[in-house]
Amino acid sequence: MSSPAQQSAGKPVAFVSAQALRARMHDAVNDPHLRQSFRGAMDFLMAKRAAQFPDQGELDSLRSLSESIRQYSLSKLPDLLEQLEANLTRNGVQVHWAETPEEANAIMLGIAQRHAARLIVKGKSMVSEEIEFNHAMEAAGVGALESDMGEYIVQLAGEKPSHIIMPAIHQTKQQIAKLFAEHIPGVDYTDNVDALIQIGRRVLREKFEVADIGLSGVNFAVAETGTLCLVENEGNGRMCTTVPKVHIAITGIEKVVEKLEHVAPLFSILTRSATGQAVSTYFNMISGPRRGEDKDGPEEVHLVLLDNGRSQAYADEQLRKTLQCIRCGACMNHCPVYTRIGGHAYGTTYPGPIGKIISPHMMGLEQTHLLPTASSLCGACGEVCPVKIPIPELLIRLRGEANSAPHANPAMVGQGAAYDPKISLLWKLWARLYARPATYRAFTWLATRFRALTPTQQSGWTAARTPLKPASRRLRDMVKDRR
Amino acid sequence: MSSPSHGANTPRTYPSRPQAVYFYGTCLVDMFVPEAGMDAITLLEREGIRVIFPDNQTCCGQPAFTSGFPDEARRVVEAQLDLFPGNHPIVVPSGSCAGMIRWHWEKVCAGDPALKARAEAISARTYELAEFLLHVLGFNRKDEGPATTVTLHTSCSARREMGTHLVGRELLARLGNVTLAHHDHESECCGFGGTFSLKHPDVSTAMVSDKVASLKATGASQLVTADCGCMLNITQRAAREDQDAGRACASLPGEHLATFLLRRTGGSPCGDQK
Repeated sequence: MSSPAQQSAGKPVAFVSAQALRARMHDAVNDPHLRQSFRGAMDFLMAKRAAQFPDQGELDSLRSLSESIRQYSLSKLPDLLEQLEANLTRNGVQVHWAETPEEANAIMLGIAQRHAARLIVKGKSMVSEEIEFNHAMEAAGVGALESDMGEYIVQLAGEKPSHIIMPAIHQTKQQIAKLFAEHIPGVDYTDNVDALIQIGRRVLREKFEVADIGLSGVNFAVAETGTLCLVENEGNGRMCTTVPKVHIAITGIEKVVEKLEHVAPLFSILTRSATGQAVSTYFNMISGPRRGEDKDGPEEVHLVLLDNGRSQAYADEQLRKTLQCIRCGACMNHCPVYTRIGGHAYGTTYPGPIGKIISPHMMGLEQTHLLPTASSLCGACGEVCPVKIPIPELLIRLRGEANSAPHANPAMVGQGAAYDPKISLLWKLWARLYARPATYRAFTWLATRFRALTPTQQSGWTAARTPLKPASRRLRDMVKDRR
Repeated sequence: MSSPSHGANTPRTYPSRPQAVYFYGTCLVDMFVPEAGMDAITLLEREGIRVIFPDNQTCCGQPAFTSGFPDEARRVVEAQLDLFPGNHPIVVPSGSCAGMIRWHWEKVCAGDPALKARAEAISARTYELAEFLLHVLGFNRKDEGPATTVTLHTSCSARREMGTHLVGRELLARLGNVTLAHHDHESECCGFGGTFSLKHPDVSTAMVSDKVASLKATGASQLVTADCGCMLNITQRAAREDQDAGRACASLPGEHLATFLLRRTGGSPCGDQK
């Protein structure tokens, strides 16, 4: 079998620029198959989550506790990271710091080359997607194979995940059957889901045996004990972190918590919010390489801690809340925009509401400033967020950062990216009109008296609606007449 | 006061029945749906409340605030702070404008402590019309209308900022001859979102079209909602669908909860008098 890594080499999956967001959203909402499959999948996930929280009071208190833990951890982040490094080192884990995706890839490629590695088998890791790990390895001649079933499918298809928890949720079983038949030698077309899973499992089992390095993400890194916690359902995460001789874990710097006892509530609210599971099938706690008496486990364990824009978010009190995220995906499951356009339309590693607020820190506002505008601010994301990230508030903040005239010492790279003197002037005029009652009254008097002259083309409004037309008399006229 | 944590049921204590209220009509109602405002005033007056309409009111500043122009929002908010000199409650016939006043005025005024304090004092006594009718006035008049089935859309702000999503249901439940038909994905946004509907027409249209389909699927004779933004978005999308299909009759007529309540309980909505 030729590995999917080789097949997609030279065909980068890197997305088109976020500036093409409008075109992608247009295509997505006009794709009935996509609309139907995401609606169905999101309805399913919303129902699963709801069933996990029958008691609103318990949910409220668990959310508050989880928010506090995340905020407490972030408040001590520099100290906790140092403590984590010290305890991991004591446990025999080698810790590496990467400011950029390039640095992270270089570190990991260095490890691979030191071991003359030919194949890296991967557990699910969104951070590895964020840094385009697979392509960086392929470019250097090292194979990187996804072993999470969804990620494996997405890799076969030469795509990126369309959901952070359910990467292949956009693929139908028929599409997957076709992919398997095309790409895996000796496999005939079958859209029997159990058969497909067995096929994938067989292929991946062989790879675990020959892989030189296992890569994984991290859900929680515990500073006090130097423990890396990994939440997963397929057992492939355990395989990746125990079978190959070398295990590399990669995570964002925000994932650290102080104590082991902080993990339990976060783990509980994570699985319940994400997939509606009371608990995941596997929960791995990794505290170092194989020791003398151990019968298995890797001989070498590395942790790569990635910044990639996270310190920028960290530096601002309000934007820091973005880093509370525990990557459950509930915000996208409940988002009416995500439900209609799916994950790929966003053009970023992280789609949905969380993607709109984290991507600008990773990619800069130049590329991403339209993302925060693609929200009706309905608040469904903030309502379900297990760690109470005020996503709508952050979207508004990012809109402001993008709109304002470029100034010195901006809080974000790309501040002012959407600055348009004409638009700013319009809002200034609007403010003048509405801040002066007499002018406002004159304007509304004219608009109602001359309502026959109201333009019938009203930007996006009349794309799908009958035009707005002022009433013949204002409320204030009616009030006056009656008195 | 701290900002709402979305999803938390922030219980609110309500004042006892006041003698007078300020009525903050909102710019949308003032210019596009004045009947809704007038009917809300009539409802309040019929309950024996003196309604004060500050003539200098314009807009709560929400369009600029949510579009990411906080300075412009502050200028407009600042001009509203003098409207309510007395200690009467402020009643707003819109969940989204009430949410703006209750939670976001203090944010846009955060840079100026004096301004912020004034904003907070106003926020604390601002109520959405439906919650005021139910929780403060205990609205419970006899339904005099014929049997009918209606469907209700609750705005996202009413639901998630004001926590009043059960209030509209309760008011309708008190009308003996009215059956409320629930629609699928009831808690989902109608796709209005202010400037969102102008900036992202593709997604906004997809959302409102789905909402119209869900509401129509109930077979209800009309839509009732307490937010005019959502109402215009939904009914004018439905009207466009009617137009495109060559239907002469509105397949999804809608009106503000105030108008509906007034008509059902023996009052004469001002739009009916024409």
